[in-house]
Amino acid sequence: MPGAEPARPPGRRETDLLRLATAGSVDDGKSTLIGRLLFDSKTLFIDQLAAVERVSRERGHDFTDLALLTDGLRAEREQGITIDVAYRFFATPKRRFIIADTPGHIQYTRNMVTGASTADVAVLLLDARRGITEQSRRHAFIASLLGVPHILLCVNKMDLVDWSEDAFESIREEFVEFATRLRVRDLSFTPISALHGDNVVMQSTNMPWYDGLPLLRHLERLYVASDRNLVDVRFPIQYVIRPQSHTVIDYRGYAGTVASGVLKPGDPVMVLPSGLETTIESIETADGPVDEAYPPMAVTVQLIDHLDISRGDMLCRPHNVPTVAQEIDAQVCWMDESATMTKGAKYAIKHTTRWARALVRDIAYRIDVNTLHRVEGIDALALNEIGRVQLRTTQPLFVDTYQDNRQTGSFILVDERSNKTVGAGVIGRATVAA
Amino acid sequence: MKSHVLSNLRSLEAESIYIFREVAAEMARPCLLFSGGKDSTVMLAIARKAFAPAKIPFPIMHIDTGLNFPEVLAYRDRWVKELGLQLIVASVPDAMERGVVQEEPNGSRNRIQTPVLLEAVEKHGFDALFGGARRDEEKARAKERVFSFRDEFGQWDPKNQRPELWSLYNSRVHKGQSIRVFPLSNWTELDIWTYIAAESVEIADLYFAAEREVITRDGMLYMVNEFTPKKNGEKSERRHVRYRTIGDANLTAAVDSEADTLEKIVAEIGAVRITERGATRGDDRVSETSMEDRKREGYF
Repeated sequence: MPGAEPARPPGRRETDLLRLATAGSVDDGKSTLIGRLLFDSKTLFIDQLAAVERVSRERGHDFTDLALLTDGLRAEREQGITIDVAYRFFATPKRRFIIADTPGHIQYTRNMVTGASTADVAVLLLDARRGITEQSRRHAFIASLLGVPHILLCVNKMDLVDWSEDAFESIREEFVEFATRLRVRDLSFTPISALHGDNVVMQSTNMPWYDGLPLLRHLERLYVASDRNLVDVRFPIQYVIRPQSHTVIDYRGYAGTVASGVLKPGDPVMVLPSGLETTIESIETADGPVDEAYPPMAVTVQLIDHLDISRGDMLCRPHNVPTVAQEIDAQVCWMDESATMTKGAKYAIKHTTRWARALVRDIAYRIDVNTLHRVEGIDALALNEIGRVQLRTTQPLFVDTYQDNRQTGSFILVDERSNKTVGAGVIGRATVAA
Repeated sequence: MKSHVLSNLRSLEAESIYIFREVAAEMARPCLLFSGGKDSTVMLAIARKAFAPAKIPFPIMHIDTGLNFPEVLAYRDRWVKELGLQLIVASVPDAMERGVVQEEPNGSRNRIQTPVLLEAVEKHGFDALFGGARRDEEKARAKERVFSFRDEFGQWDPKNQRPELWSLYNSRVHKGQSIRVFPLSNWTELDIWTYIAAESVEIADLYFAAEREVITRDGMLYMVNEFTPKKNGEKSERRHVRYRTIGDANLTAAVDSEADTLEKIVAEIGAVRITERGATRGDDRVSETSMEDRKREGYF
């Protein structure tokens, strides 16, 4: 039964978890690449493969079409559309991977923003014959806007350009030049053939000039530990635990997930919005107390003083506090097909564990995601458009810039009548400076 | 210096705990669907962790098809007692008696559970239901949200899902609507087993290999019991088998296995090359889209 405590602490020699977002269209060979990763990493199951082989035969293909592995729902086939993000999983002895697989058609922005929001690495795919397209630029821009720390550009279909080093190098140079206009921390390039498996899992023998790692080996080795913000302590209170029990008396624990920073018992903390200061008495889990908590651990904090603290409040360090803001300056991606975002409109806003209402005070400009140019003089954002927006909220939010903190720098907007999620925002520097 | 990197299992567990707390904080009347299978057991084990030292602050519900392995019912009741839970049973045989649903010709009660589930949801006014589904199980599930919105009829509309970004879940619904919440969305079958072994979670005995009397039917191994009796001309044999999934006793098949400990099961799952549903579920082989269809009707 559940009472038994595990003998071992959370294991560190176990594998870790890497979240990746893939971007690229069917024409770029994205489905084939994912199929290849699953197939060559032996994640694919016999019955799944048998189903793909059967459908390949039925459709008259000469070879097993691995792209069929990611074939969608009947609802999609019937209407010739692709329903946003699919999540796929595979593992190697070194790592567990979650792929947020986003389709690559025109209505792409919403889906890629969604997939990129949680990604450690974005794998962008392009066709070696076509080189860098508007779509590749758009993918890279979104990945950088969403703060994806690592971008990996896969130049696919190298078999169709005779495995040419020159073709690869010219794409690489052009992309590096373009990326200087973006905020990209780590950018790397791999020439591949997803169809034939070159440089996906196995090193290609067709491109001896390439001395880098195959895609999967690169993903296995990618160093992501330093991507997490371990400096700024931010602990949004999610749920207050107060057992109504005869055996646990006077217990009051503040449950939540560490957004950033490292918390330790004995640390002085400030509570927002009250500004009161106290000290962490202990950090609990169901498996017993821990001597520190870091992201993304879900823990329960007990404080020395009994203060009035509830969901939506935040713990931080007294000398390192987030900005307490009601005027928010952000880049918003609009996701609603039925209505535009307009100046003067009001929405529900969710930021960490806090809900409030938000008024759109101004829409300064829209970004053309293909050229990165600003389009000024607009008063609405339509579906898949990204723009710079000023909001005023009914309650203060405890924010950092998205660049510093993906947890406290992000929010969603919800339509108050339909309850649909209609916008996603990343908070900019102007909020903090104001 | 410490690495401050959480392992795969601890990351998944933390994500699931976060999801439980988010729902408990935001929804008026959540409920956890418990089948007695390994996934709902892991779900319950993590729900306990999310609210400790307090009790789990919502009831659990079992959709009783009347075709349960008896071992599973006993096991369910032990968990309920141990954790001090409130158990709600929604009974399919009872609904058949009341004329709410009718037995299907093939004897499968998979589909007719749905109206029974929806009736119970309405009766108890649940606005959030936790389910143990995982995205690695099936392609319809691969595209479903962690917080999956359902209309007044309990239907899933794959084309009209809410975007889900960061860990900012949108739980807002109007009266009569609800959300299905899948805290184990990002777990794989191997993660589930590795976790069960690492945490010594007690699971139903049927998951462990033992010598059992089985018959072979459509290439699948069924245990000989009141739900799958021997038919004329069928020959039974005693084989070492275990269950990879536990569903209705008349539809769930066993697999040949020597794995009689958790460690052996983890090793077996790590090496196995056929999906759990392909190996063991008569009901999922009906058509390629059967899960998608059932979810649209309100299935979890």
